[in-house]
Amino acid sequence: MPWNLDDNRPIYLQLMEKIQHDIISGVYRPGDKLPSVRDLALDAAVNPNTMQKALAELERSGLVYSQRTSGRFITDDQSLLNRTRDALAGEHIRSFMEQMNALGFDKETTLEMIQKL
Amino acid sequence: MEPILECHELTKKYGNYFALSNLTLSLERGQIVGLLGPNGSGKTTLIKLINGLLTPTGGQIMINGLAPCPDTKKIVSYLPDRNFLNEHMRVSQILSYYEDFYDNFSTERASKMLETLEIDRRLRLQDLSKGTLEKVQLVLVMSRAADLYVLDEPIGGVDPAARDYILQTILTNYNENATVLISTHLISDIENILDRVIFLKNGQPALNASVDEIRTKYGKSVDALFREVFKC
Repeated sequence: MPWNLDDNRPIYLQLMEKIQHDIISGVYRPGDKLPSVRDLALDAAVNPNTMQKALAELERSGLVYSQRTSGRFITDDQSLLNRTRDALAGEHIRSFMEQMNALGFDKETTLEMIQKL
Repeated sequence: MEPILECHELTKKYGNYFALSNLTLSLERGQIVGLLGPNGSGKTTLIKLINGLLTPTGGQIMINGLAPCPDTKKIVSYLPDRNFLNEHMRVSQILSYYEDFYDNFSTERASKMLETLEIDRRLRLQDLSKGTLEKVQLVLVMSRAADLYVLDEPIGGVDPAARDYILQTILTNYNENATVLISTHLISDIENILDRVIFLKNGQPALNASVDEIRTKYGKSVDALFREVFKC
Protein backbone atom coordinates (compact mmCIF):
# COMPACT_ATOMS: atom_id res chain seq x y z
CA MET A 1 0.00 0.00 0.00
CA PRO A 2 1.71 3.25 -1.12
CA TRP A 3 2.10 5.87 1.60
CA ASN A 4 -0.26 8.78 1.58
CA LEU A 5 1.72 11.74 0.25
CA ASP A 6 0.68 15.31 -0.50
CA ASP A 7 1.11 16.77 -3.95
CA ASN A 8 2.66 20.06 -3.11
CA ARG A 9 5.41 19.40 -0.56
CA PRO A 10 8.83 17.82 -1.12
CA ILE A 11 8.53 14.04 -1.05
CA TYR A 12 11.59 13.41 1.13
CA LEU A 13 10.18 15.65 3.89
CA GLN A 14 6.96 13.69 3.93
CA LEU A 15 8.86 10.41 4.06
CA MET A 16 10.85 11.74 7.02
CA GLU A 17 7.67 12.77 8.81
CA LYS A 18 6.05 9.40 8.22
CA ILE A 19 9.05 7.43 9.51
CA GLN A 20 9.42 9.82 12.44
CA HIS A 21 5.75 9.29 13.23
CA ASP A 22 6.20 5.51 13.04
CA ILE A 23 9.13 5.74 15.46
CA ILE A 24 7.26 7.89 18.00
CA SER A 25 4.03 5.90 17.77
CA GLY A 26 5.87 2.62 18.35
CA VAL A 27 5.57 0.95 14.94
CA TYR A 28 9.35 0.72 15.29
CA ARG A 29 10.74 0.14 18.78
CA PRO A 30 13.91 1.81 20.08
CA GLY A 31 16.92 -0.14 18.83
CA ASP A 32 14.93 -1.85 16.03
CA LYS A 33 16.53 -2.34 12.65
CA LEU A 34 14.87 -0.37 9.85
CA PRO A 35 14.00 -2.16 6.60
CA SER A 36 16.41 -1.54 3.72
CA VAL A 37 16.14 1.60 1.60
CA ARG A 38 14.91 -0.48 -1.31
CA ASP A 39 12.18 -2.19 0.72
CA LEU A 40 11.03 1.07 2.26
CA ALA A 41 11.00 2.71 -1.17
CA LEU A 42 8.96 -0.15 -2.62
CA ASP A 43 6.55 -0.03 0.29
CA ALA A 44 6.07 3.72 -0.09
CA ALA A 45 6.10 3.47 -3.90
CA VAL A 46 8.73 6.19 -4.19
CA ASN A 47 12.12 6.59 -5.76
CA PRO A 48 14.90 4.84 -3.77
CA ASN A 49 17.14 7.91 -3.97
CA THR A 50 14.40 10.00 -2.36
CA MET A 51 14.02 7.45 0.42
CA GLN A 52 17.79 7.45 0.85
CA LYS A 53 17.72 11.23 1.28
CA ALA A 54 14.93 11.03 3.86
CA LEU A 55 16.89 8.47 5.89
CA ALA A 56 20.08 10.50 5.65
CA GLU A 57 18.19 13.49 7.06
CA LEU A 58 16.77 11.37 9.87
CA GLU A 59 20.28 10.25 10.65
CA ARG A 60 21.35 13.85 10.98
CA SER A 61 18.56 14.41 13.49
CA GLY A 62 19.88 11.45 15.50
CA LEU A 63 16.62 9.47 15.47
CA VAL A 64 18.22 6.88 13.25
CA TYR A 65 21.82 5.72 13.13
CA SER A 66 23.60 3.50 10.68
CA GLN A 67 26.03 0.73 11.36
CA ARG A 68 28.41 0.40 8.52
CA THR A 69 27.62 -3.11 7.39
CA SER A 70 24.43 -4.11 9.12
CA GLY A 71 22.03 -1.32 8.21
CA ARG A 72 20.07 1.40 9.93
CA PHE A 73 18.67 1.28 13.45
CA ILE A 74 16.27 3.34 15.54
CA THR A 75 17.96 5.26 18.34
CA ASP A 76 17.51 4.01 21.91
CA ASP A 77 18.18 7.47 23.29
CA GLN A 78 14.95 7.81 25.28
CA SER A 79 15.36 11.51 26.01
CA LEU A 80 15.75 12.28 22.29
CA LEU A 81 12.64 10.22 21.58
CA ASN A 82 10.73 12.12 24.25
CA ARG A 83 11.87 15.47 22.93
CA THR A 84 10.85 14.49 19.41
CA ARG A 85 7.48 13.32 20.66
CA ASP A 86 6.90 16.59 22.51
CA ALA A 87 7.91 18.62 19.48
CA LEU A 88 5.42 16.69 17.33
CA ALA A 89 2.69 17.19 19.92
CA GLY A 90 3.49 20.91 19.96
CA GLU A 91 3.06 21.10 16.20
CA HIS A 92 -0.31 19.36 16.35
CA ILE A 93 -1.52 21.68 19.11
CA ARG A 94 -0.37 24.78 17.25
CA SER A 95 -2.12 23.79 14.05
CA PHE A 96 -5.27 22.85 16.00
CA MET A 97 -5.25 26.21 17.76
CA GLU A 98 -4.85 28.00 14.45
CA GLN A 99 -7.84 26.17 13.01
CA MET A 100 -9.96 26.94 16.06
CA ASN A 101 -8.87 30.54 15.84
CA ALA A 102 -9.93 30.63 12.20
CA LEU A 103 -13.36 29.38 13.32
CA GLY A 104 -13.57 32.29 15.77
CA PHE A 105 -12.72 30.59 19.09
CA ASP A 106 -10.12 32.25 21.26
CA LYS A 107 -7.63 30.29 23.37
CA GLU A 108 -9.67 30.33 26.59
CA THR A 109 -12.90 29.19 24.96
CA THR A 110 -11.05 26.43 23.11
CA LEU A 111 -9.47 25.19 26.34
CA GLU A 112 -12.86 25.26 28.10
CA MET A 113 -14.36 23.23 25.30
CA ILE A 114 -11.57 20.67 25.57
CA GLN A 115 -12.15 20.36 29.33
CA LYS A 116 -15.81 19.59 28.70
CA LEU A 117 -15.09 16.79 26.24
CA MET B 1 31.63 7.83 -14.02
CA GLU B 2 30.66 8.86 -17.52
CA PRO B 3 27.05 10.04 -17.99
CA ILE B 4 24.92 7.31 -19.51
CA LEU B 5 23.38 9.72 -22.03
CA GLU B 6 24.82 12.92 -23.40
CA CYS B 7 23.27 15.18 -26.04
CA HIS B 8 25.21 18.10 -27.37
CA GLU B 9 23.42 20.67 -29.54
CA LEU B 10 21.33 17.82 -30.85
CA THR B 11 19.10 18.86 -33.75
CA LYS B 12 16.59 16.91 -35.80
CA LYS B 13 14.73 18.47 -38.71
CA TYR B 14 11.82 16.94 -40.59
CA GLY B 15 11.80 19.00 -43.80
CA ASN B 16 11.76 22.55 -42.52
CA TYR B 17 10.35 21.61 -39.15
CA PHE B 18 12.66 21.45 -36.14
CA ALA B 19 11.58 18.51 -33.97
CA LEU B 20 14.61 19.08 -31.76
CA SER B 21 16.78 22.16 -31.89
CA ASN B 22 20.15 22.49 -30.17
CA LEU B 23 19.21 20.19 -27.33
CA THR B 24 22.01 19.82 -24.77
CA LEU B 25 21.53 17.57 -21.76
CA SER B 26 23.16 14.75 -19.88
CA LEU B 27 21.73 11.95 -17.76
CA GLU B 28 23.59 10.49 -14.81
CA ARG B 29 23.51 6.83 -13.89
CA GLY B 30 21.24 5.51 -11.18
CA GLN B 31 18.30 7.79 -11.82
CA ILE B 32 14.70 7.50 -12.89
CA VAL B 33 13.97 10.42 -15.18
CA GLY B 34 10.66 11.62 -16.55
CA LEU B 35 10.66 13.01 -20.09
CA LEU B 36 7.63 15.22 -20.17
CA GLY B 37 6.14 17.52 -22.75
CA PRO B 38 2.99 18.13 -24.78
CA ASN B 39 2.30 16.30 -28.03
CA GLY B 40 4.82 17.21 -30.69
CA SER B 41 7.42 18.54 -28.26
CA GLY B 42 10.09 16.09 -29.45
CA LYS B 43 9.96 13.31 -26.85
CA THR B 44 9.64 10.41 -29.27
CA THR B 45 12.14 11.99 -31.66
CA LEU B 46 14.71 12.10 -28.86
CA ILE B 47 13.94 8.50 -27.92
CA LYS B 48 14.30 7.34 -31.53
CA LEU B 49 17.64 9.13 -31.78
CA ILE B 50 18.85 7.34 -28.63
CA ASN B 51 17.96 4.04 -30.25
CA GLY B 52 19.51 4.83 -33.61
CA LEU B 53 16.15 4.72 -35.41
CA LEU B 54 16.76 8.27 -36.60
CA THR B 55 20.00 10.04 -37.35
CA PRO B 56 20.62 13.57 -36.09
CA THR B 57 20.51 16.50 -38.50
CA GLY B 58 23.14 18.18 -36.34
CA GLY B 59 24.93 17.87 -33.02
CA GLN B 60 25.85 14.72 -31.15
CA ILE B 61 24.21 12.03 -29.10
CA MET B 62 26.32 9.66 -27.01
CA ILE B 63 25.30 6.64 -24.99
CA ASN B 64 27.99 5.64 -22.51
CA GLY B 65 30.38 7.70 -24.63
CA LEU B 66 29.44 6.06 -27.94
CA ALA B 67 27.27 7.20 -30.83
CA PRO B 68 24.26 4.85 -31.31
CA CYS B 69 25.51 1.57 -32.78
CA PRO B 70 25.14 -2.19 -32.13
CA ASP B 71 27.26 -1.81 -28.98
CA THR B 72 24.93 0.78 -27.51
CA LYS B 73 21.88 -1.30 -28.40
CA LYS B 74 23.26 -4.00 -26.14
CA ILE B 75 23.00 -1.72 -23.15
CA VAL B 76 19.81 0.13 -24.04
CA SER B 77 16.48 -1.57 -23.41
CA TYR B 78 13.79 0.19 -25.42
CA LEU B 79 10.02 0.09 -25.15
CA PRO B 80 8.53 1.75 -28.25
CA ASP B 81 5.14 3.46 -28.11
CA ARG B 82 3.54 0.86 -30.37
CA ASN B 83 3.63 -2.91 -30.80
CA PHE B 84 6.98 -4.05 -32.17
CA LEU B 85 6.50 -7.81 -31.95
CA ASN B 86 5.20 -10.33 -34.45
CA GLU B 87 1.57 -10.78 -33.46
CA HIS B 88 1.40 -14.37 -34.74
CA MET B 89 3.93 -15.50 -32.16
CA ARG B 90 2.98 -16.95 -28.80
CA VAL B 91 4.16 -15.34 -25.56
CA SER B 92 6.43 -18.34 -24.90
CA GLN B 93 8.01 -18.03 -28.36
CA ILE B 94 8.69 -14.33 -27.79
CA LEU B 95 10.49 -15.24 -24.58
CA SER B 96 12.90 -17.60 -26.33
CA TYR B 97 13.26 -15.08 -29.14
CA TYR B 98 14.40 -12.49 -26.61
CA GLU B 99 16.68 -14.97 -24.91
CA ASP B 100 18.36 -15.70 -28.27
CA PHE B 101 18.62 -12.07 -29.14
CA TYR B 102 19.90 -10.45 -25.96
CA ASP B 103 22.76 -11.69 -23.75
CA ASN B 104 21.39 -9.76 -20.83
CA PHE B 105 17.81 -11.07 -20.99
CA SER B 106 16.64 -13.08 -17.98
CA THR B 107 13.93 -15.61 -18.89
CA GLU B 108 13.55 -16.38 -15.22
CA ARG B 109 12.75 -12.79 -14.34
CA ALA B 110 10.31 -12.48 -17.24
CA SER B 111 8.55 -15.74 -16.36
CA LYS B 112 8.11 -14.62 -12.78
CA MET B 113 6.53 -11.34 -13.85
CA LEU B 114 4.23 -13.01 -16.38
CA GLU B 115 3.10 -15.36 -13.65
CA THR B 116 2.30 -12.51 -11.25
CA LEU B 117 0.34 -10.78 -13.98
CA GLU B 118 -1.45 -14.08 -14.76
CA ILE B 119 -0.62 -13.95 -18.44
CA ASP B 120 -1.06 -17.25 -20.29
CA ARG B 121 2.18 -17.96 -22.15
CA ARG B 122 0.44 -20.17 -24.71
CA LEU B 123 -1.58 -17.28 -26.15
CA ARG B 124 -0.68 -15.60 -29.40
CA LEU B 125 0.00 -11.87 -29.15
CA GLN B 126 -2.88 -11.07 -31.52
CA ASP B 127 -5.28 -12.67 -29.04
CA LEU B 128 -4.18 -10.50 -26.12
CA SER B 129 -6.06 -7.36 -25.10
CA LYS B 130 -4.34 -4.05 -25.74
CA GLY B 131 -3.42 -3.65 -22.07
CA THR B 132 -2.11 -7.20 -21.72
CA LEU B 133 0.02 -6.80 -24.84
CA GLU B 134 1.52 -3.65 -23.30
CA LYS B 135 2.28 -5.56 -20.12
CA VAL B 136 4.03 -8.34 -22.06
CA GLN B 137 6.17 -5.78 -23.87
CA LEU B 138 7.14 -4.03 -20.67
CA VAL B 139 7.99 -7.36 -19.03
CA LEU B 140 10.34 -8.15 -21.93
CA VAL B 141 12.02 -4.78 -21.77
CA MET B 142 12.44 -4.77 -17.98
CA SER B 143 13.80 -8.33 -17.95
CA ARG B 144 17.01 -7.21 -19.58
CA ALA B 145 19.90 -6.13 -17.37
CA ALA B 146 20.50 -2.91 -19.29
CA ASP B 147 22.29 0.34 -18.44
CA LEU B 148 19.62 2.56 -19.92
CA TYR B 149 15.92 1.75 -20.08
CA VAL B 150 13.98 3.95 -22.46
CA LEU B 151 10.25 3.62 -21.98
CA ASP B 152 8.00 5.50 -24.39
CA GLU B 153 4.54 5.82 -22.79
CA PRO B 154 4.74 2.61 -20.73
CA ILE B 155 1.53 3.05 -18.75
CA GLY B 156 -0.84 4.64 -21.24
CA GLY B 157 -3.06 1.68 -22.00
CA VAL B 158 -3.24 -0.28 -18.77
CA ASP B 159 -5.65 -0.17 -15.84
CA PRO B 160 -4.70 1.61 -12.59
CA ALA B 161 -3.92 -1.64 -10.73
CA ALA B 162 -1.59 -2.81 -13.49
CA ARG B 163 -0.10 0.69 -13.54
CA ASP B 164 0.88 0.29 -9.87
CA TYR B 165 2.39 -3.10 -10.66
CA ILE B 166 4.36 -1.66 -13.58
CA LEU B 167 5.74 1.16 -11.44
CA GLN B 168 6.67 -1.39 -8.82
CA THR B 169 8.35 -3.46 -11.53
CA ILE B 170 10.40 -0.45 -12.56
CA LEU B 171 11.41 0.19 -8.94
CA THR B 172 12.25 -3.45 -8.26
CA ASN B 173 14.34 -4.02 -11.35
CA TYR B 174 16.12 -0.76 -11.23
CA ASN B 175 19.73 -0.89 -10.05
CA GLU B 176 22.19 1.76 -8.99
CA ASN B 177 24.08 1.81 -12.26
CA ALA B 178 21.07 1.90 -14.53
CA THR B 179 19.05 4.87 -15.64
CA VAL B 180 15.40 4.76 -16.59
CA LEU B 181 14.02 7.38 -18.97
CA ILE B 182 10.23 7.41 -19.07
CA SER B 183 8.15 9.52 -21.40
CA THR B 184 4.54 9.95 -20.36
CA HIS B 185 1.56 12.24 -20.05
CA LEU B 186 0.39 10.58 -16.84
CA ILE B 187 2.63 12.65 -14.61
CA SER B 188 0.78 12.40 -11.32
CA ASP B 189 0.88 8.60 -11.54
CA ILE B 190 4.66 8.41 -11.80
CA GLU B 191 5.78 11.57 -10.06
CA ASN B 192 6.74 9.85 -6.79
CA ILE B 193 9.10 7.37 -8.41
CA LEU B 194 11.06 9.96 -10.42
CA ASP B 195 14.38 11.52 -9.43
CA ARG B 196 14.09 14.31 -11.90
CA VAL B 197 12.06 15.56 -14.80
CA ILE B 198 12.90 17.13 -18.12
CA PHE B 199 10.21 19.31 -19.69
CA LEU B 200 10.53 19.48 -23.47
CA LYS B 201 8.97 22.43 -25.23
CA ASN B 202 9.24 22.87 -28.99
CA GLY B 203 12.29 20.62 -29.13
CA GLN B 204 14.16 22.30 -26.29
CA PRO B 205 14.42 21.59 -22.58
CA ALA B 206 12.21 24.09 -20.77
CA LEU B 207 13.12 22.67 -17.37
CA ASN B 208 15.52 20.06 -15.97
CA ALA B 209 15.18 19.68 -12.21
CA SER B 210 14.61 17.15 -9.46
CA VAL B 211 11.05 16.52 -8.30
CA ASP B 212 11.78 17.80 -4.81
CA GLU B 213 13.56 20.90 -6.16
CA ILE B 214 10.38 21.71 -8.07
CA ARG B 215 8.18 21.14 -5.05
CA THR B 216 10.44 23.22 -2.83
CA LYS B 217 10.77 26.06 -5.32
CA TYR B 218 7.23 26.28 -6.66
CA GLY B 219 5.28 24.71 -3.78
CA LYS B 220 3.40 22.51 -6.20
CA SER B 221 3.59 19.11 -7.80
CA VAL B 222 5.30 18.47 -11.13
CA ASP B 223 1.87 17.70 -12.56
CA ALA B 224 0.53 21.11 -11.47
CA LEU B 225 3.64 22.88 -12.79
CA PHE B 226 3.33 21.08 -16.12
CA ARG B 227 -0.26 22.25 -16.49
CA GLU B 228 0.87 25.80 -15.82
CA VAL B 229 3.89 25.80 -18.15
CA PHE B 230 2.02 24.17 -21.02
CA LYS B 231 -1.33 25.85 -20.54
CA CYS B 232 -3.20 25.94 -23.87
